[in-house]
Amino acid sequence: MRAIETDTLVVRRGKRNAVNGLSLSLGRGVHGLLGPNGAGKTTLIRTLATVQQPTSGTIQLLGRDCGDFKAVRRKLGYLPQHFGYYRRFKVREFVEYLAWLKEMPAKEIPKAVHSALDRVGLADRADDRMKSLSGGMIRRVGIAQAIVNDPELLLLDEPTVGLDPAQRLRFRELVAELGQRSCVLISTHLVEDVAAACTDVVLVNEGSLVFRGTPRDLTDAGTDAHVGDSPIERGYSALISANTGGAW
Amino acid sequence: MTTNHPSEPLLRRYARGDADLPADQLWAVEAHLETCAPCRGRLAPEPIAEAVWAELLPQLDSTPQMPRSRRRYGWVSPAAGPWLAAILLVTAAAVVLDRIGFAVGDRVSVVLLVAPVLPVLGVAASWSRALDPAYELTAATPRAGLPLVFRRTAAVLGVLVPGLTIAGLVTDVGFARWLLPCLAFTLGTLALGTLVGVTRAAVALIAAWAVVIVAPTIAFTRTSTAFDAEAAPVWAGVLAVSVVVIVLRRMTFTRLEANR
Repeated sequence: MRAIETDTLVVRRGKRNAVNGLSLSLGRGVHGLLGPNGAGKTTLIRTLATVQQPTSGTIQLLGRDCGDFKAVRRKLGYLPQHFGYYRRFKVREFVEYLAWLKEMPAKEIPKAVHSALDRVGLADRADDRMKSLSGGMIRRVGIAQAIVNDPELLLLDEPTVGLDPAQRLRFRELVAELGQRSCVLISTHLVEDVAAACTDVVLVNEGSLVFRGTPRDLTDAGTDAHVGDSPIERGYSALISANTGGAW
Repeated sequence: MTTNHPSEPLLRRYARGDADLPADQLWAVEAHLETCAPCRGRLAPEPIAEAVWAELLPQLDSTPQMPRSRRRYGWVSPAAGPWLAAILLVTAAAVVLDRIGFAVGDRVSVVLLVAPVLPVLGVAASWSRALDPAYELTAATPRAGLPLVFRRTAAVLGVLVPGLTIAGLVTDVGFARWLLPCLAFTLGTLALGTLVGVTRAAVALIAAWAVVIVAPTIAFTRTSTAFDAEAAPVWAGVLAVSVVVIVLRRMTFTRLEANR
Protein backbone atom coordinates (compact mmCIF):
# COMPACT_ATOMS: atom_id res chain seq x y z
CA MET A 1 0.00 0.00 0.00
CA ARG A 2 1.30 3.44 -0.95
CA ALA A 3 0.71 6.16 1.65
CA ILE A 4 0.05 8.86 -0.93
CA GLU A 5 -1.44 8.17 -4.34
CA THR A 6 -2.67 11.05 -6.49
CA ASP A 7 -3.81 10.96 -10.09
CA THR A 8 -3.92 14.10 -12.27
CA LEU A 9 -4.65 16.17 -9.19
CA VAL A 10 -5.80 19.74 -9.82
CA VAL A 11 -6.35 22.27 -7.02
CA ARG A 12 -7.58 25.68 -7.97
CA ARG A 13 -6.61 28.70 -5.84
CA GLY A 14 -8.19 31.91 -7.01
CA LYS A 15 -7.75 32.25 -10.75
CA ARG A 16 -4.96 29.73 -11.25
CA ASN A 17 -4.30 26.08 -10.66
CA ALA A 18 -1.90 25.92 -7.72
CA VAL A 19 -1.61 22.19 -8.29
CA ASN A 20 -1.88 21.34 -11.95
CA GLY A 21 -2.37 17.70 -12.95
CA LEU A 22 -0.01 16.15 -10.43
CA SER A 23 0.30 12.37 -10.32
CA LEU A 24 2.33 11.12 -7.41
CA SER A 25 2.87 7.86 -5.62
CA LEU A 26 4.81 7.88 -2.36
CA GLY A 27 5.42 5.10 0.13
CA ARG A 28 7.42 4.74 3.30
CA GLY A 29 10.51 6.94 3.64
CA VAL A 30 11.40 10.61 3.85
CA HIS A 31 10.39 12.54 0.76
CA GLY A 32 11.52 16.10 0.18
CA LEU A 33 9.08 18.37 -1.62
CA LEU A 34 11.13 21.08 -3.27
CA GLY A 35 10.17 24.00 -5.42
CA PRO A 36 10.42 27.77 -5.67
CA ASN A 37 7.99 30.04 -3.79
CA GLY A 38 4.53 29.84 -5.31
CA ALA A 39 5.21 26.42 -6.85
CA GLY A 40 2.15 24.97 -5.14
CA LYS A 41 3.92 23.15 -2.31
CA THR A 42 1.68 24.45 0.48
CA THR A 43 -1.49 23.90 -1.51
CA LEU A 44 -0.39 20.33 -2.26
CA ILE A 45 0.41 19.66 1.41
CA ARG A 46 -2.94 21.14 2.49
CA THR A 47 -4.77 19.00 -0.01
CA LEU A 48 -2.95 15.91 1.23
CA ALA A 49 -3.80 16.97 4.79
CA THR A 50 -7.47 16.86 3.64
CA VAL A 51 -8.16 20.48 4.59
CA GLN A 52 -8.28 21.69 1.00
CA GLN A 53 -10.65 20.18 -1.51
CA PRO A 54 -9.20 19.12 -4.87
CA THR A 55 -10.84 20.63 -7.94
CA SER A 56 -10.39 17.45 -9.98
CA GLY A 57 -8.36 14.26 -10.01
CA THR A 58 -8.20 11.63 -7.30
CA ILE A 59 -6.35 11.17 -4.02
CA GLN A 60 -5.90 8.02 -2.01
CA LEU A 61 -4.25 8.31 1.38
CA LEU A 62 -3.14 5.25 3.36
CA GLY A 63 -5.15 3.13 0.94
CA ARG A 64 -8.38 5.02 1.60
CA ASP A 65 -10.47 7.48 -0.36
CA CYS A 66 -10.70 10.91 1.17
CA GLY A 67 -14.40 10.40 1.82
CA ASP A 68 -13.15 8.35 4.74
CA PHE A 69 -11.38 11.41 6.07
CA LYS A 70 -11.73 10.60 9.77
CA ALA A 71 -9.87 7.31 9.46
CA VAL A 72 -7.12 9.00 7.46
CA ARG A 73 -6.82 11.90 9.89
CA ARG A 74 -6.37 9.62 12.90
CA LYS A 75 -3.19 8.38 11.22
CA LEU A 76 -2.09 11.78 9.97
CA GLY A 77 0.46 14.19 11.39
CA TYR A 78 0.42 17.71 10.01
CA LEU A 79 2.55 20.76 10.66
CA PRO A 80 1.19 23.73 8.69
CA GLN A 81 3.50 26.40 7.36
CA HIS A 82 2.03 28.93 9.76
CA PHE A 83 1.92 27.03 12.99
CA GLY A 84 -0.62 28.80 15.20
CA TYR A 85 -0.82 28.02 18.92
CA TYR A 86 -2.48 29.21 22.12
CA ARG A 87 -0.09 31.44 24.03
CA ARG A 88 -1.67 30.81 27.43
CA PHE A 89 -1.38 27.02 27.15
CA LYS A 90 1.40 25.07 28.72
CA VAL A 91 3.43 23.04 26.23
CA ARG A 92 2.00 19.80 27.56
CA GLU A 93 -1.57 21.10 27.48
CA PHE A 94 -1.22 22.17 23.89
CA VAL A 95 0.07 18.81 22.67
CA GLU A 96 -2.58 17.07 24.81
CA TYR A 97 -5.29 19.20 23.23
CA LEU A 98 -4.13 18.20 19.75
CA ALA A 99 -4.01 14.55 20.83
CA TRP A 100 -7.62 14.90 21.98
CA LEU A 101 -8.59 16.50 18.65
CA LYS A 102 -6.93 13.53 16.95
CA GLU A 103 -9.30 11.25 18.88
CA MET A 104 -6.57 9.40 20.73
CA PRO A 105 -7.80 7.21 23.59
CA ALA A 106 -7.68 9.30 26.79
CA LYS A 107 -5.60 6.70 28.61
CA GLU A 108 -2.83 6.82 26.03
CA ILE A 109 -2.56 10.59 25.85
CA PRO A 110 -0.21 11.40 28.78
CA LYS A 111 2.37 8.84 27.74
CA ALA A 112 2.15 9.76 24.06
CA VAL A 113 2.56 13.46 24.88
CA HIS A 114 5.58 12.75 27.04
CA SER A 115 7.18 10.61 24.37
CA ALA A 116 6.52 13.20 21.62
CA LEU A 117 7.99 16.02 23.71
CA ASP A 118 10.93 13.82 24.63
CA ARG A 119 11.65 13.14 20.96
CA VAL A 120 11.88 16.83 20.18
CA GLY A 121 13.94 17.50 23.32
CA LEU A 122 11.29 19.51 25.15
CA ALA A 123 10.30 17.13 27.97
CA ASP A 124 11.87 19.49 30.51
CA ARG A 125 9.82 22.43 29.19
CA ALA A 126 6.48 20.59 29.35
CA ASP A 127 5.12 22.81 32.10
CA ASP A 128 6.24 26.10 30.58
CA ARG A 129 3.74 28.35 28.85
CA MET A 130 3.86 28.42 25.07
CA LYS A 131 4.42 32.18 25.15
CA SER A 132 7.70 31.71 27.05
CA LEU A 133 9.31 29.57 24.32
CA SER A 134 11.73 30.70 21.63
CA GLY A 135 10.89 30.45 17.92
CA GLY A 136 12.88 27.25 17.48
CA MET A 137 11.18 25.66 20.49
CA ILE A 138 7.73 26.60 19.17
CA ARG A 139 8.61 24.87 15.91
CA ARG A 140 9.63 21.78 17.89
CA VAL A 141 6.28 21.80 19.72
CA GLY A 142 4.77 21.89 16.23
CA ILE A 143 6.70 18.77 15.32
CA ALA A 144 5.73 17.13 18.65
CA GLN A 145 2.00 17.69 18.04
CA ALA A 146 2.41 16.26 14.54
CA ILE A 147 3.98 13.02 15.77
CA VAL A 148 1.97 12.58 19.00
CA ASN A 149 -0.45 10.11 17.38
CA ASP A 150 2.35 8.03 15.86
CA PRO A 151 1.24 8.94 12.33
CA GLU A 152 1.58 6.71 9.30
CA LEU A 153 1.55 9.80 7.12
CA LEU A 154 3.46 12.86 8.28
CA LEU A 155 3.19 16.14 6.37
CA LEU A 156 5.58 18.89 7.41
CA ASP A 157 5.39 22.26 5.71
CA GLU A 158 8.68 24.15 6.12
CA PRO A 159 9.52 22.46 9.45
CA THR A 160 13.10 23.70 9.73
CA VAL A 161 12.31 27.41 9.58
CA GLY A 162 13.52 28.96 12.85
CA LEU A 163 15.65 25.98 13.90
CA ASP A 164 19.32 26.64 14.61
CA PRO A 165 21.97 24.44 12.91
CA ALA A 166 22.24 21.98 15.82
CA GLN A 167 18.46 21.64 16.02
CA ARG A 168 18.29 21.05 12.28
CA LEU A 169 20.77 18.19 12.62
CA ARG A 170 18.67 16.68 15.40
CA PHE A 171 15.54 17.19 13.29
CA ARG A 172 17.11 15.30 10.39
CA GLU A 173 17.89 12.37 12.69
CA LEU A 174 14.32 12.39 13.95
CA VAL A 175 12.74 12.37 10.48
CA ALA A 176 15.11 9.65 9.33
CA GLU A 177 13.89 7.59 12.27
CA LEU A 178 10.23 8.39 11.50
CA GLY A 179 10.75 7.57 7.83
CA GLN A 180 11.63 3.98 8.73
CA ARG A 181 8.03 3.23 9.61
CA SER A 182 5.94 5.94 7.97
CA CYS A 183 5.66 8.16 4.95
CA VAL A 184 7.13 11.59 5.70
CA LEU A 185 6.67 14.41 3.21
CA ILE A 186 8.68 17.54 3.99
CA SER A 187 8.05 20.69 2.03
CA THR A 188 11.03 23.01 2.04
CA HIS A 189 12.88 25.54 -0.01
CA LEU A 190 16.16 24.65 1.72
CA VAL A 191 17.88 22.34 -0.72
CA GLU A 192 20.51 21.24 1.80
CA ASP A 193 17.82 19.89 4.15
CA VAL A 194 16.70 17.60 1.38
CA ALA A 195 20.22 16.49 0.58
CA ALA A 196 20.83 15.52 4.19
CA ALA A 197 17.50 14.18 5.36
CA CYS A 198 15.55 12.76 2.43
CA THR A 199 15.65 9.44 0.66
CA ASP A 200 13.72 10.83 -2.24
CA VAL A 201 13.12 14.23 -3.88
CA VAL A 202 9.95 15.53 -5.50
CA LEU A 203 10.53 18.78 -7.37
CA VAL A 204 7.50 20.82 -8.37
CA ASN A 205 7.15 24.04 -10.27
CA GLU A 206 3.95 25.89 -11.18
CA GLY A 207 1.91 23.05 -9.77
CA SER A 208 3.47 20.34 -11.93
CA LEU A 209 6.01 17.63 -11.28
CA VAL A 210 9.43 18.59 -12.67
CA PHE A 211 11.60 15.85 -11.27
CA ARG A 212 11.47 12.80 -9.06
CA GLY A 213 14.54 10.91 -7.91
CA THR A 214 17.16 10.52 -5.21
CA PRO A 215 19.16 13.47 -3.87
CA ARG A 216 22.05 11.96 -5.82
CA ASP A 217 20.09 12.20 -9.09
CA LEU A 218 19.32 15.82 -8.27
CA THR A 219 23.02 16.55 -7.73
CA ASP A 220 23.87 14.87 -11.02
CA ALA A 221 21.45 17.11 -12.93
CA GLY A 222 23.62 20.19 -12.33
CA THR A 223 26.90 21.34 -13.85
CA ASP A 224 29.40 23.97 -12.73
CA ALA A 225 27.71 26.39 -15.12
CA HIS A 226 24.58 26.47 -12.97
CA VAL A 227 23.85 28.79 -10.06
CA GLY A 228 24.29 27.47 -6.53
CA ASP A 229 26.66 27.10 -3.59
CA SER A 230 26.65 23.31 -3.49
CA PRO A 231 26.38 20.56 -6.13
CA ILE A 232 22.79 19.78 -5.12
CA GLU A 233 21.80 23.46 -5.36
CA ARG A 234 23.29 23.55 -8.85
CA GLY A 235 21.24 20.48 -9.74
CA TYR A 236 18.12 22.17 -8.37
CA SER A 237 18.66 25.39 -10.32
CA ALA A 238 19.46 23.41 -13.48
CA LEU A 239 16.11 21.62 -13.32
CA ILE A 240 14.13 24.73 -12.39
CA SER A 241 15.68 26.90 -15.11
CA ALA A 242 15.14 24.15 -17.70
CA ASN A 243 11.48 24.13 -16.65
CA THR A 244 10.86 27.89 -16.53
CA GLY A 245 13.27 28.93 -19.26
CA GLY A 246 15.66 30.58 -16.84
CA ALA A 247 13.27 33.17 -15.44
CA TRP A 248 12.81 33.68 -11.68
CA MET B 1 50.51 18.22 49.34
CA THR B 2 50.37 15.16 47.15
CA THR B 3 47.50 12.75 47.41
CA ASN B 4 47.53 9.14 46.39
CA HIS B 5 44.12 8.22 45.06
CA PRO B 6 43.14 4.56 45.43
CA SER B 7 43.50 2.52 42.28
CA GLU B 8 40.48 1.45 40.27
CA PRO B 9 40.66 -2.27 41.28
CA LEU B 10 41.05 -1.32 44.95
CA LEU B 11 38.07 1.02 44.80
CA ARG B 12 35.96 -1.67 43.10
CA ARG B 13 36.85 -4.19 45.80
CA TYR B 14 35.95 -1.64 48.47
CA ALA B 15 32.65 -0.85 46.75
CA ARG B 16 31.78 -4.53 46.45
CA GLY B 17 32.57 -4.98 50.17
CA ASP B 18 35.23 -7.59 49.45
CA ALA B 19 35.82 -9.61 52.66
CA ASP B 20 39.47 -10.35 51.89
CA LEU B 21 40.43 -6.68 51.51
CA PRO B 22 43.25 -6.14 54.05
CA ALA B 23 42.16 -3.97 56.98
CA ASP B 24 44.89 -1.36 56.51
CA GLN B 25 43.90 -0.85 52.88
CA LEU B 26 40.22 -0.69 53.81
CA TRP B 27 40.88 2.07 56.37
CA ALA B 28 43.15 3.95 54.00
CA VAL B 29 40.50 3.94 51.29
CA GLU B 30 37.79 4.93 53.74
CA ALA B 31 39.84 7.79 55.20
CA HIS B 32 40.70 9.00 51.71
CA LEU B 33 37.07 8.90 50.56
CA GLU B 34 35.99 11.07 53.46
CA THR B 35 38.06 13.95 52.14
CA CYS B 36 38.07 13.32 48.37
CA ALA B 37 34.83 14.07 46.48
CA PRO B 38 36.12 12.93 43.05
CA CYS B 39 36.91 9.48 44.43
CA ARG B 40 33.50 9.30 46.10
CA GLY B 41 32.14 10.03 42.63
CA ARG B 42 34.12 7.09 41.30
CA LEU B 43 32.38 4.86 43.83
CA ALA B 44 29.24 4.52 41.72
CA PRO B 45 30.66 2.12 39.20
CA GLU B 46 28.91 1.55 35.90
CA PRO B 47 27.94 -2.09 36.41
CA ILE B 48 25.99 -1.10 39.51
CA ALA B 49 24.41 1.91 37.79
CA GLU B 50 23.37 -0.33 34.94
CA ALA B 51 21.88 -2.87 37.30
CA VAL B 52 19.85 -0.11 38.96
CA TRP B 53 18.69 1.20 35.60
CA ALA B 54 17.74 -2.28 34.45
CA GLU B 55 15.44 -2.55 37.44
CA LEU B 56 14.10 1.00 37.16
CA LEU B 57 13.34 1.14 33.46
CA PRO B 58 10.34 -1.20 33.37
CA GLN B 59 8.86 0.73 36.29
CA LEU B 60 9.49 4.08 34.64
CA ASP B 61 7.91 2.77 31.49
CA SER B 62 4.69 1.84 33.21
CA THR B 63 4.53 5.04 35.30
CA PRO B 64 3.09 8.01 33.47
CA GLN B 65 5.76 10.64 33.91
CA MET B 66 3.39 13.36 32.94
CA PRO B 67 0.14 13.47 34.81
CA ARG B 68 -2.66 14.67 32.60
CA SER B 69 -3.02 18.40 32.83
CA ARG B 70 -5.96 19.88 34.63
CA ARG B 71 -7.03 22.11 31.75
CA ARG B 72 -10.41 21.04 30.48
CA TYR B 73 -10.99 21.29 26.79
CA GLY B 74 -13.48 19.92 24.38
CA TRP B 75 -16.37 22.32 24.79
CA VAL B 76 -15.11 25.88 24.84
CA SER B 77 -12.73 26.61 21.99
CA PRO B 78 -9.38 27.63 23.51
CA ALA B 79 -9.53 30.82 21.47
CA ALA B 80 -13.03 31.73 22.70
CA GLY B 81 -12.33 31.99 26.45
CA PRO B 82 -11.48 35.70 26.54
CA TRP B 83 -14.36 36.43 24.18
CA LEU B 84 -16.85 34.72 26.45
CA ALA B 85 -15.61 36.95 29.25
CA ALA B 86 -16.04 39.96 26.96
CA ILE B 87 -19.60 38.86 26.15
CA LEU B 88 -20.48 38.74 29.85
CA LEU B 89 -18.91 42.15 30.34
CA VAL B 90 -20.95 43.67 27.50
CA THR B 91 -24.09 42.09 28.98
CA ALA B 92 -23.29 43.62 32.36
CA ALA B 93 -22.62 47.00 30.75
CA ALA B 94 -25.98 46.81 28.94
CA VAL B 95 -27.72 46.09 32.24
CA VAL B 96 -26.05 49.11 33.84
CA LEU B 97 -27.09 51.35 30.93
CA ASP B 98 -30.67 50.11 31.21
CA ARG B 99 -30.77 50.60 34.98
CA ILE B 100 -29.54 54.16 34.85
CA GLY B 101 -32.20 54.97 32.27
CA PHE B 102 -29.84 55.53 29.37
CA ALA B 103 -32.65 55.47 26.82
CA VAL B 104 -34.95 58.43 26.69
CA GLY B 105 -38.45 58.67 25.35
CA ASP B 106 -40.03 55.30 24.68
CA ARG B 107 -37.92 52.96 26.80
CA VAL B 108 -35.58 51.02 24.53
CA SER B 109 -33.73 48.25 26.29
CA VAL B 110 -30.00 48.08 25.56
CA VAL B 111 -29.95 44.46 26.76
CA LEU B 112 -32.50 43.60 24.11
CA LEU B 113 -30.53 45.49 21.46
CA VAL B 114 -27.25 43.65 22.06
CA ALA B 115 -28.64 40.19 22.89
CA PRO B 116 -28.85 38.81 19.33
CA VAL B 117 -25.36 39.84 18.27
CA LEU B 118 -23.48 38.72 21.39
CA PRO B 119 -23.33 35.01 20.47
CA VAL B 120 -22.04 35.97 17.03
CA LEU B 121 -18.83 37.13 18.73
CA GLY B 122 -18.45 33.80 20.54
CA VAL B 123 -19.13 31.76 17.43
CA ALA B 124 -16.70 33.87 15.42
CA ALA B 125 -14.03 33.41 18.09
CA SER B 126 -14.50 29.63 17.86
CA TRP B 127 -14.14 29.37 14.10
CA SER B 128 -12.59 32.45 12.65
CA ARG B 129 -9.12 32.32 11.16
CA ALA B 130 -8.48 35.81 12.48
CA LEU B 131 -9.30 34.91 16.09
CA ASP B 132 -8.27 31.25 16.41
CA PRO B 133 -4.53 30.86 15.79
CA ALA B 134 -4.72 27.06 15.63
CA TYR B 135 -7.54 26.95 13.07
CA GLU B 136 -5.52 25.04 10.48
CA LEU B 137 -4.33 22.42 12.97
CA THR B 138 -7.88 21.96 14.26
CA ALA B 139 -9.35 21.67 10.77
CA ALA B 140 -6.99 18.79 9.94
CA THR B 141 -8.02 16.60 12.88
CA PRO B 142 -10.68 13.87 12.91
CA ARG B 143 -12.74 15.77 15.51
CA ALA B 144 -13.26 18.74 13.17
CA GLY B 145 -16.79 18.81 11.78
CA LEU B 146 -20.36 18.99 13.01
CA PRO B 147 -19.83 17.48 16.50
CA LEU B 148 -17.11 20.02 17.29
CA VAL B 149 -19.27 22.84 15.87
CA PHE B 150 -22.06 21.68 18.15
CA ARG B 151 -19.82 21.50 21.23
CA ARG B 152 -18.28 24.91 20.74
CA THR B 153 -21.60 26.59 19.93
CA ALA B 154 -23.25 24.92 22.93
CA ALA B 155 -20.39 26.25 25.10
CA VAL B 156 -20.99 29.80 23.84
CA LEU B 157 -24.74 29.54 24.48
CA GLY B 158 -24.09 27.86 27.83
CA VAL B 159 -22.38 31.02 29.01
CA LEU B 160 -24.50 33.53 27.14
CA VAL B 161 -28.05 32.33 27.83
CA PRO B 162 -27.72 32.28 31.65
CA GLY B 163 -26.00 35.67 31.49
CA LEU B 164 -28.78 37.17 29.40
CA THR B 165 -31.46 35.51 31.53
CA ILE B 166 -30.11 37.23 34.62
CA ALA B 167 -29.77 40.49 32.68
CA GLY B 168 -33.39 40.08 31.51
CA LEU B 169 -34.62 39.55 35.07
CA VAL B 170 -32.80 42.61 36.35
CA THR B 171 -33.99 44.89 33.54
CA ASP B 172 -37.42 43.34 33.12
CA VAL B 173 -36.88 42.19 29.53
CA GLY B 174 -38.87 39.04 28.74
CA PHE B 175 -37.05 35.80 27.97
CA ALA B 176 -39.22 35.20 24.92
CA ARG B 177 -38.27 38.47 23.26
CA TRP B 178 -34.54 37.83 22.92
CA LEU B 179 -34.10 34.05 22.91
CA LEU B 180 -35.28 33.35 19.35
CA PRO B 181 -33.38 36.24 17.72
CA CYS B 182 -30.33 35.18 19.70
CA LEU B 183 -30.47 31.56 18.51
CA ALA B 184 -31.27 32.62 14.95
CA PHE B 185 -28.19 34.85 14.88
CA THR B 186 -25.98 32.14 16.37
CA LEU B 187 -26.92 29.46 13.88
CA GLY B 188 -27.28 32.02 11.09
CA THR B 189 -23.61 32.96 11.52
CA LEU B 190 -22.58 29.31 11.19
CA ALA B 191 -24.89 28.70 8.21
CA LEU B 192 -23.68 31.77 6.35
CA GLY B 193 -20.16 30.81 7.46
CA THR B 194 -20.33 27.57 5.49
CA LEU B 195 -20.86 29.69 2.38
CA VAL B 196 -18.54 32.67 2.86
CA GLY B 197 -16.47 31.78 5.95
CA VAL B 198 -17.37 32.44 9.59
CA THR B 199 -15.37 35.67 9.92
CA ARG B 200 -17.14 37.30 6.98
CA ALA B 201 -20.49 35.92 8.11
CA ALA B 202 -20.04 37.42 11.58
CA VAL B 203 -19.03 40.82 10.21
CA ALA B 204 -21.93 40.81 7.71
CA LEU B 205 -24.56 39.85 10.30
CA ILE B 206 -23.37 42.35 12.90
CA ALA B 207 -23.36 45.09 10.22
CA ALA B 208 -26.85 44.09 9.06
CA TRP B 209 -28.07 44.15 12.67
CA ALA B 210 -26.64 47.60 13.21
CA VAL B 211 -28.21 49.03 10.04
CA VAL B 212 -31.60 47.32 10.09
CA ILE B 213 -32.39 47.20 13.81
CA VAL B 214 -30.07 49.37 15.92
CA ALA B 215 -29.97 52.49 13.74
CA PRO B 216 -33.79 52.86 13.31
CA THR B 217 -34.28 52.10 17.02
CA ILE B 218 -31.99 54.94 17.99
CA ALA B 219 -33.39 57.24 15.29
CA PHE B 220 -37.03 56.75 16.30
CA THR B 221 -36.41 55.89 19.98
CA ARG B 222 -38.84 53.02 19.90
CA THR B 223 -38.11 49.33 20.12
CA SER B 224 -38.07 47.59 16.77
CA THR B 225 -40.95 45.38 15.75
CA ALA B 226 -38.33 42.65 15.27
CA PHE B 227 -38.76 41.90 18.98
CA ASP B 228 -42.56 41.70 18.87
CA ALA B 229 -44.35 38.41 19.29
CA GLU B 230 -45.50 38.69 15.66
CA ALA B 231 -41.89 38.51 14.50
CA ALA B 232 -41.28 35.16 16.25
CA PRO B 233 -42.27 33.00 13.24
CA VAL B 234 -39.72 34.90 11.11
CA TRP B 235 -36.95 34.20 13.61
CA ALA B 236 -38.04 30.57 13.88
CA GLY B 237 -37.91 30.33 10.08
CA VAL B 238 -34.36 31.76 9.99
CA LEU B 239 -33.38 29.26 12.68
CA ALA B 240 -34.81 26.30 10.76
CA VAL B 241 -33.21 27.32 7.45
CA SER B 242 -29.87 27.79 9.24
CA VAL B 243 -30.00 24.31 10.75
CA VAL B 244 -30.73 22.80 7.34
CA VAL B 245 -27.86 24.72 5.69
CA ILE B 246 -25.42 23.75 8.45
CA VAL B 247 -26.29 20.06 8.18
CA LEU B 248 -26.15 20.07 4.38
CA ARG B 249 -22.85 21.89 4.26
CA ARG B 250 -21.31 20.29 7.37
CA MET B 251 -18.21 19.14 5.47
CA THR B 252 -16.97 22.71 5.12
CA PHE B 253 -16.19 22.62 8.86
CA THR B 254 -13.63 19.91 8.17
CA ARG B 255 -11.75 22.14 5.74
CA LEU B 256 -10.23 25.59 5.72
CA GLU B 257 -13.20 27.13 3.88
CA ALA B 258 -15.25 27.68 7.05
CA ASN B 259 -12.47 29.66 8.75
CA ARG B 260 -12.30 32.42 6.17
